[in-house]
Amino acid sequence: MEFIIYKIILISAVLGLTLLVAMYSTYAERKVAAFMQDRLGPNRAGPFGLLQPLADGIKMFMKEEIIPDVSNKVLFVLGPCIAMVTALMTGVVIPWGPDLIIGGTHYPLQITDVNIGVLYVFGVVSIGVYGIMIGGWASNNKYALLGAIRASSQMISYEVAMGLSIISIIMMTGTLSLREIVEQQAGAHWNVFYSPLAFIIFLICAFAECNRTPFDLPECETELIGGYHTEYSSMKLGFYLFAEYINMFISSAIISCVFFGGYNFPGVDSLGLSNNIMAFLHAGILFGKIFFFIFFFMWVRWTIPRFRYDQLMNLGWKGLLPLSMVNIFITGIVMYLAGKL
Amino acid sequence: MSTPADYLPILLQFIAALGFVVLTIGATHLLGPKRHTNVKNETFECGIESVGNARVPFSIKYFLVAILFVLFDVEVIFMYPWAVNFKSLGVRGLIEMFMFMSLLLLGFFYIIKKGALKWE
Repeated sequence: MEFIIYKIILISAVLGLTLLVAMYSTYAERKVAAFMQDRLGPNRAGPFGLLQPLADGIKMFMKEEIIPDVSNKVLFVLGPCIAMVTALMTGVVIPWGPDLIIGGTHYPLQITDVNIGVLYVFGVVSIGVYGIMIGGWASNNKYALLGAIRASSQMISYEVAMGLSIISIIMMTGTLSLREIVEQQAGAHWNVFYSPLAFIIFLICAFAECNRTPFDLPECETELIGGYHTEYSSMKLGFYLFAEYINMFISSAIISCVFFGGYNFPGVDSLGLSNNIMAFLHAGILFGKIFFFIFFFMWVRWTIPRFRYDQLMNLGWKGLLPLSMVNIFITGIVMYLAGKL
Repeated sequence: MSTPADYLPILLQFIAALGFVVLTIGATHLLGPKRHTNVKNETFECGIESVGNARVPFSIKYFLVAILFVLFDVEVIFMYPWAVNFKSLGVRGLIEMFMFMSLLLLGFFYIIKKGALKWE
């Protein structure tokens, strides 16, 4: 019983934190964009515009819902719901920090440590494609349909390369559990130093999976109005946009955990702090890494122009897919030569 | 090792996520104004009257990509158990997987030569 109560507390905390980070990512994105374009950005709601995400949220709640007459109404509502639920589900397996010890009992800062962690994330992420596809198709709008088929074929194309790129990491670690992957990188033995190619492939695929620029073909305003969410309004539109920011947060967390040592940082363990303070310090380190990658996502968005669709598909299938296979060959041969077999 | 109890929090998280989504959708449905007109409920098409229906055939290329995805993703799933047991399988496992992957690459080159991934 105590187990379930602790898990419920942890789930609420992680859920709240995810939503908070996603909310303030929208604010950060506008501030970063403003900084890069020499503007001020939002600064009217609250000090430095800090209440802007809250104001946006309330606006989303109070707007009229418009469901087109010709659309498939059930699927039209179901689409954004699937997108949001799957976005919220992926945070389950991420290890936020080492165990807390209160009164001799260990409380892990991870909702659950399943031994198929990486596979679980891939599985849930691929269900997210349905949210976009169902929403775009149900709108019965030509732009939405085009956006939806573009999005789904882009996401499935990059999923193959993404799945292959992470295999070289699993060959080195020998486990799919994210906690074990993080613990093996204690100190400065980060996987990115052993397999930089896998990191680069994974990063590019993460951009494509989150539909972020330079791969935002599904919703490029100049061609498709709003892409798959052209017909959406009020909170249903909010869910699509919000799911994108949550996905960005989660993929930053996965990148930090798999390639950048998660909550590890060289020299922190020798500080000699008490266990619980240490756990929070480690969690802070993980969040520092996550925020860096979220910033990186935004940095790229406001720096690099969009790809053309055939370029995008060529990069995914003819560039990244063979490259990630070659990476597996190289990893296998190097590990054989290093006597790790 | 994972026990079935390890999957219980995933169920709890699913309930929490579903609860959040249903509550929010319900709240916006109750809070927002409802002033529907025929023009407002039409689908958007650059401000002109919408022509026909969006249930139209689209490029076969997207279907080909989907089929290729199914093929390749199954192969990728095959590699996961191998990668987890990579160290214990030893050199024999390495050679066997290299043969498997070479065959996969052969098929991949066949697809490219056939022009299944050409987007012009």
